[in-house]
Amino acid sequence: MTTTTTAAPAGVRRRAASFLHRHSGVRLSLLLSAPLAWLGLAYLGALAALFVTAFWSTDVFTGDVVRVFTWANFTDLVTGEVYRTVALRSLGVAAAVTLIDLVVAFPMAFAMAKLASPRAQRWLVIAVLTPLWASYLVKAYAWRVMLSSDGVLGWGYGLTATVVTLSYLWLPYMILPIYAGLERLPNSLLDAAGDLGARGWRTFRTVVWPLTFPAAVAGSIFTFSLSLGDYITVKIVGGKTQLIGNVVYDNIGAANNLPFAAAVATVPVVIMLVYLAAVRRTGALESL
Amino acid sequence: MPDQAVSLRGLRKSFGPVEAVAGVDLDVADGEFFAMLGPSGSGKTTVLRMIAGFESPTAGTVELGGRDVTRLAPFERDVNTVFQDYALFPHMSVLDNVEYGLRVKKVPRAERRERALAALRSVRLEGFEKRRPAQLSGGQRQRVALARALVNRPRVLLLDEPLGALDLKLREEMQVELKAIQREVGITFLFVTHDQEEALTMSDRIAVFNQGRIEQVGTPAEVYERPATAFVASFVGTSNLISGEAARTVLGREGTFSVRPEKLRVVLGQEETGPDEHEAAGTVREVVYAGPATRFVVDLDAGGRLIALQQNLQASSMDVTGLRGARVRLVWHRRHEFPIDAPAEPVIAG
Repeated sequence: MTTTTTAAPAGVRRRAASFLHRHSGVRLSLLLSAPLAWLGLAYLGALAALFVTAFWSTDVFTGDVVRVFTWANFTDLVTGEVYRTVALRSLGVAAAVTLIDLVVAFPMAFAMAKLASPRAQRWLVIAVLTPLWASYLVKAYAWRVMLSSDGVLGWGYGLTATVVTLSYLWLPYMILPIYAGLERLPNSLLDAAGDLGARGWRTFRTVVWPLTFPAAVAGSIFTFSLSLGDYITVKIVGGKTQLIGNVVYDNIGAANNLPFAAAVATVPVVIMLVYLAAVRRTGALESL
Repeated sequence: MPDQAVSLRGLRKSFGPVEAVAGVDLDVADGEFFAMLGPSGSGKTTVLRMIAGFESPTAGTVELGGRDVTRLAPFERDVNTVFQDYALFPHMSVLDNVEYGLRVKKVPRAERRERALAALRSVRLEGFEKRRPAQLSGGQRQRVALARALVNRPRVLLLDEPLGALDLKLREEMQVELKAIQREVGITFLFVTHDQEEALTMSDRIAVFNQGRIEQVGTPAEVYERPATAFVASFVGTSNLISGEAARTVLGREGTFSVRPEKLRVVLGQEETGPDEHEAAGTVREVVYAGPATRFVVDLDAGGRLIALQQNLQASSMDVTGLRGARVRLVWHRRHEFPIDAPAEPVIAG
């Protein structure tokens, strides 16, 4: 009896397995259904809700959301000088963080990928990854302590402090893609450039950089978008500085104006779409 | 006496506890087509990389044209390399690849273009200037790599397993072509290979590497016909050694001797042997028919085993395969047997 009870489900499993083997389309859709549902509902759905909310308004007296279409939020956003300044400042911060991370990450990634022994390489990758395990808040507060006027650095708080702290926080996201890109770059290409008379800088400019550019772009997408959306670091070390994230946060909290917060939040989304379109034009996305 | 193109003196290289190159002395003359032959891990590629400047030696010196370049960087040396994987820059066109070295040396645009096109012509690749390396076949990439190196007119061209990635037919074509190009440009070619046939066909001289040392340097004929050591005898061609009891019985001498398989004559009947010939009786253990020739594996009565290669001038496969188990005599001329350095006996210092 026991043999028949165990044999039956095994037979079903085998039939299911062979069915899936023959119908690769069914197999593919089964594998993809969960991630696609996540992408469709949780991500695109939320984005759509955000976009719709941005065209509503709030009742001045009750503070309730009025679900009537209006351009008012976007008119305020475009005409209000303070919002333009904040948007441009956020853009500047994101660009500065990306540039700093690029300049710092490239030599580190190069040392990891091309100079370190295989053993040292493993440890360096771990060393780069470890800070990602630590709480974001702890790291931001650590910088607050260092940057305070009686701290180790003593630079004080403000825009510079924000850029420095964000550069630190997002550095691993720049190092890892560039490291992976350099790993894929055959050493013989570096040897060949040297063999043909090129010194270090020229080899970098004509061989290493063009071939790792897509990897650097991948890293920049992380550093740029993460910086653009940040509002906690700037609260901790930014002093009076305001970024887009703070405007969103204040409108959700203090001002209780969810539709306007949604309208502000579309700004970084649009900037990222423009950025991705620009990146796409360089052809960097195809080689990712 | 003209300067040597390459002179190596007491060259050593250790990677941690591993001694990859254990003392190499070598002179390569100007205009020579020189092969460094050896199994993988024998140190030949490391020697090549030290000549190019990619590795710096642990000890010893590298001279190029009489000038000590041991401590110089690759870009300061008058050599160019054809890499095993060709190392073409994938983001550049064929023309940009070939012009790269000239652009670095600030050669004027017009001259640069002219020389690059001439180099591409010399490797029969005109019309491919605008292609990317990914759009070329293996053989074409190999020739781009060659043009990219030769266009700089280096004192020495280094080639790391230049034909290793090509299929057999293309390899044979390129062997002939490489040799023709070398004669045409007159540059010293120094190449690394593990393929003994490639080394024998292409080079003027060969250095046989084993375990970080050179076992023998000589012309292909010298290395093949008169291997200096048991290693060379087995690595270049088929090992055919007569030693110990067999040497005493057959040759009447002590030591180890090498005879190449094609020098042996398989005799079935009562044919008389000449005064300068040696013979050894044995039993055919295996017969391998290989088209133009047949290989006989013969167990000698005096001990040991020899391989004899016979041209199939009259014989067909039916005739020869029937000889398995037959009694035969192997006959060869005295001048084809050479003494070989027996493995060194350990010397106990007193």
